Amino acid sequence: METEIMVEQPEAAAGHKGHRDMHPRLRELLFGLKRFISSPLSVIGLTIIVIFGLMALFAPIIEPPKTPNNPYMIPHTGWEMQPSPPSMTHPLGTLPQQYDILYGIVWGTRSAFVIGVAVVLANLIVGVFLGVLAGYFGGAFDEIIMRITDIFFAIPFLIMAMALVVVIGRGLGAIILVLVVLNWPQYTRIIRSEILIIRDREFVQAARASGASHLRIMFKHILPNTIYSVLILASLSVGATILNAAALSFLGLGSDLGYADWGQMVASARNWIVGPTGQPLAFWYLVFIPGFAIALFVLGWNLLGDAARDVFDPKQRRK
Amino acid sequence: MNLLSYIIRRLLLMILVLFGVTFIVFGVMLLLPPGMRVAAFVKSEKITPDQMNAMIKQYGMDQPAPVQYVHWLENMLQGNFGYSSTASAPVLDAFKQYLPVTLELVLYTMPLMIIVGIVLGTIGAVRKDEPADHFTRVFAIVGYSLPTFWLGLLLLMLLYGLLGIFPPGLLSNKLTNVINSPGYHQYTGILTLDAILNWRWPIFLDALYHLFLPVVNLVIIQSATIVRLTRSSMLESLGQDYIRTATAKGVDRKTIIRRHARRNALLPVVTISGVLFATLMGGAVITETIFNRPGIGLWTARAAVLLDVPAVMFNALFLGVVFVVINLVVDLIYAYVDPRVRLT
Repeated sequence: METEIMVEQPEAAAGHKGHRDMHPRLRELLFGLKRFISSPLSVIGLTIIVIFGLMALFAPIIEPPKTPNNPYMIPHTGWEMQPSPPSMTHPLGTLPQQYDILYGIVWGTRSAFVIGVAVVLANLIVGVFLGVLAGYFGGAFDEIIMRITDIFFAIPFLIMAMALVVVIGRGLGAIILVLVVLNWPQYTRIIRSEILIIRDREFVQAARASGASHLRIMFKHILPNTIYSVLILASLSVGATILNAAALSFLGLGSDLGYADWGQMVASARNWIVGPTGQPLAFWYLVFIPGFAIALFVLGWNLLGDAARDVFDPKQRRK
Repeated sequence: MNLLSYIIRRLLLMILVLFGVTFIVFGVMLLLPPGMRVAAFVKSEKITPDQMNAMIKQYGMDQPAPVQYVHWLENMLQGNFGYSSTASAPVLDAFKQYLPVTLELVLYTMPLMIIVGIVLGTIGAVRKDEPADHFTRVFAIVGYSLPTFWLGLLLLMLLYGLLGIFPPGLLSNKLTNVINSPGYHQYTGILTLDAILNWRWPIFLDALYHLFLPVVNLVIIQSATIVRLTRSSMLESLGQDYIRTATAKGVDRKTIIRRHARRNALLPVVTISGVLFATLMGGAVITETIFNRPGIGLWTARAAVLLDVPAVMFNALFLGVVFVVINLVVDLIYAYVDPRVRLT
């Protein structure tokens, strides 16, 4: 509701001179960007994600794949179960069976982006579509959709995800599918409640009176005024999604050993937590490095998500 | 809408949602071939393919889905949950054995994470933009971002591996023998509680010693949500007119924060306690796996990897039902405390 006020009445936003002739939405964006840059935490978050993004983009240059058909398979130099510490040939050490950790981290960045961004995008599209329909038309359709979200909310997430992965067979693909299937209802709920608030506002009635079609009203008039709430949720969800996927991988429901996925790499550390007598931290690199990559990546997204909330949520911005 | 009709409406809705949960769990199982589903009725591990085919016929696994659903539901209601191959026991027996371990973990984690969350959240809001606030915000965002399993592994590596303290497991070997000896009564299966009932303080302390790391691990990660929520709702409630009124009246700051602001600020925290339970169960799966505590979480995790379908499905169903009931209770409390809720 308040988002709409800000967008429709641009003078409420800090109307700088020279920006006055700009399109209100563009000016809003500019205002948001300014706020974004002025917060150190958001800049740190952005920096982390940009660095990971570059790493994902230039993965073939940083670590040229040995098997170009399947670059996500980490090359390995033996079958020895005991991990090797960092050395000249393996700058970050190896996993069990001598899979290179550095290669796994670099190519795992791509897996992480696919998991986080693709899953959240899919959730967003499905959730928003259903939420808009439910909120706009109301009635029986709304009731059915909302009860379905109730049911989805009723099942503890990780347990249900485990059950689904068991049924469709483990693997990173299965994990992604499960997260897509299970995570959309929160978007539906939020966008629906936002739409209920503005559905009968004057500008919607005006659009209706001037003969706009349902589709046009929904996606041209209502959605732009409600989308910020779900965008904030989406940006905050990327990190959680990656954590959930990593947790499932860690439990052994992800890919096989040797696939470039951070969660799987931490999972391979489970039997190597404590080193041999006298060197308790002998395998620190195995426990520490892949998990650190996950934590840093998730932290980056969470900082960005916080920033997005601060910038777009009018309730926050007035403070 | 008055409170009574609200309760009735919510109860009816709960029944609907419970059916929905069974639909989903059953629907997920239907994706499996009949041979794997019939495992739910197998009582032992030794079974030939011929017997298997006979059982598929006998239990109607080749019949239309609605018929199977009704049949399955009947079995569930009669307590026939099948046989868990990971536990080498019927699902219900295994469940009774594993439940206390998880309950104990939850019992210690839940109050601690709520207290830590509310205290840090309040401090953050009251001292907004001061160093204390920055600390709570960093704590919250780090707790949000750390993978549960990674923090657990690091704690284990540094404290147990390097310093040799806080070992994984439930009890030290010596005391495990004691609790299995005839003179010791296992009333509840909850180790610390049984130790008190038996008046054996060394066992109580040893159980706490083993609980420490898993609880710390969960509290660090799970209280982050409460910190953020308390902080933002405290900030909102501190900005309200009634706070200004109270200040103008000359009420001292401490009373304002505790009685006027925080009581109202805690309402949103109550609403998410259902959600907290769900994430806590997720966290328990990971934490029990890392710290080698044989509870529901470790059982489900092993069952999922070893394709022990009856165990996984039972736990999904059970936790789903518990969660629905918790959410109902939370909503009713909320409606009682905040009359505005009943209107929607």
